Amino acid sequence: MGKTIAEKIIGEHCAKEVKAGEFVVANVDVTAVQDGTGPLTIQEIQKINLEQAKNPERTILFIDHAAPSPRKELSNAHKILRDFAKKTGAILSEVGEGVCHQRLVEDYVNPGEILVGADSHTCTSGALGAFATGMGSTDVGIAIALGKTWLKVPETYKIVVNGKFQQGVYAKDLILHLIGLIGADGATYKALEFTGATIKNMPMADRFTLSNMAVEAGGKAGLIASDEITREYLISRGRGDKFRVIDSDPDAVFERIIEIDASQIEPTVSCPHTVDNTKPARELSDIKVDQVFIGTCTNGRIEDLRIAAEILKGKKVHPDVRLLVVPASKEIFIKASREGILETLMEAGAAINTPGCGPCVGVHAGILGDDEVCLATQNRNFQGRMGNPKGNIYLSSPATAAFSAITGKISDPRAVLIIQ
Amino acid sequence: MIKQGKAWKFGDDISTDHIAPGRLFHLRTNLPELAKHVLEDADPEFAAKMSQGDFVVAGNNFGLGSSREHAPQVLKIAGVNAVLAKSFARIFFRNAINIGLLLVECDTDKINEGDELELELSTGMIKNKTQGTEIKITPLPDVMIKILNDGGLAKHIEKYGDFQLV
Repeated sequence: MGKTIAEKIIGEHCAKEVKAGEFVVANVDVTAVQDGTGPLTIQEIQKINLEQAKNPERTILFIDHAAPSPRKELSNAHKILRDFAKKTGAILSEVGEGVCHQRLVEDYVNPGEILVGADSHTCTSGALGAFATGMGSTDVGIAIALGKTWLKVPETYKIVVNGKFQQGVYAKDLILHLIGLIGADGATYKALEFTGATIKNMPMADRFTLSNMAVEAGGKAGLIASDEITREYLISRGRGDKFRVIDSDPDAVFERIIEIDASQIEPTVSCPHTVDNTKPARELSDIKVDQVFIGTCTNGRIEDLRIAAEILKGKKVHPDVRLLVVPASKEIFIKASREGILETLMEAGAAINTPGCGPCVGVHAGILGDDEVCLATQNRNFQGRMGNPKGNIYLSSPATAAFSAITGKISDPRAVLIIQ
Repeated sequence: MIKQGKAWKFGDDISTDHIAPGRLFHLRTNLPELAKHVLEDADPEFAAKMSQGDFVVAGNNFGLGSSREHAPQVLKIAGVNAVLAKSFARIFFRNAINIGLLLVECDTDKINEGDELELELSTGMIKNKTQGTEIKITPLPDVMIKILNDGGLAKHIEKYGDFQLV
């Protein structure tokens, strides 16, 4: 019988044929923690005298959630990660290098591999045809120390997307639309496999956006078959030799198949306080925004910043709005600088911040005031997410965010893009 | 093992941001202090109102969002006996079992705030002593029962030096 991507990759990592529903112990290729989860990881393995890294060169500790540190408790948490890296030879990704998920796809994860990371958006790397999943501190601690983890082989939902996006509609709108359709727990414990002509023609940056948000439907992984586009991306990252084709078999068994016509999707916005509370942007034109945030592991890539710059070029951000931009990694920051994107955004009124998670986790760099509204390109709008339970967070694509920064209200970007 | 306590009701989609808010990120290396704020963004009075041994009772998709293991940790440290919900988000589910916080999947619609509950794992039933009713529990997978019985994942690995689960 045919296999899904999840069944193939997990099977290879426990040296046997596996089927959805089975419990296995599997080898892990890459492990990652960040500054919010890593200190507890290290503490847990210290307690049982297992302070070690089985594969130090593929164990990465990211300082991205509170980078640079806004207070002494977090500076001390960062020291725990730096000390562990020194002791074990694990890799440290320092302040300013970027968000873990962006850094993982840039430099560390390859098709067919298993990545476990102590961050829920670890599923981002699934776009490379890797089985990448988020876990907690202890699970990842054991995976760092022993090089393996226990897994239930997930059932898979096949998400088939065909058709061409309208101008002004992007991968972010597609994934928000899907989550609105199936709900925030619509795929709990399941792997999602994105396929269809729209996905096969989709650039890597957009694929990362899709995979990144699989967890927002409860998914364990957001998988995309590796193909020529993956290969070109790996070559551009100096890892062309790591390319291999990973795809599900034509007779693989999927628990559910969901078909989506991309041409029917509109610019979509998630309203407070759940990601599945979606509405078309055009229905929200009376919502005034106080802060617009463009960045994160979902939409802080160079392609996203280019779209924002295209819309904001020669324009000014609305006087009642502050626009925050955080490139997802140092490389993206440098590229945006060379392309004149940072200048364009700053001339329009944007404040640019250090690559990292920025205000998305509510720690620093853009915490909302009481009753304020933020339109953000991030992946979550839970109550309290941006540091204040009295704040209201809406989620959108970079195009919707950039255009709304100009108008001061949530605005459908088709209006501006079609004119341009 | 019988656990008794009072029910505190919450709705659907209680996220780890509600349980252990991001604005208290700096308390993650001080869990007893963070536990004083448990579930603060869902009910600011919860930590003050609850007593050791009480139950958190919720709807669907409890624990969605961030992978922060601090969320089940603060529930456990605050003295929550178990979380009862119609369903749990995946990462929270693993984390809770890994650190030894009991989760019970069951129909929570008929439990009201303040009801006195008695949970008996061996029979797989919850007695609602206030209402005089019984609710059936969905059993945990064997792998998770083993981890829970060993006192969590770290203790399991300490005991065997490796995974002894499958």
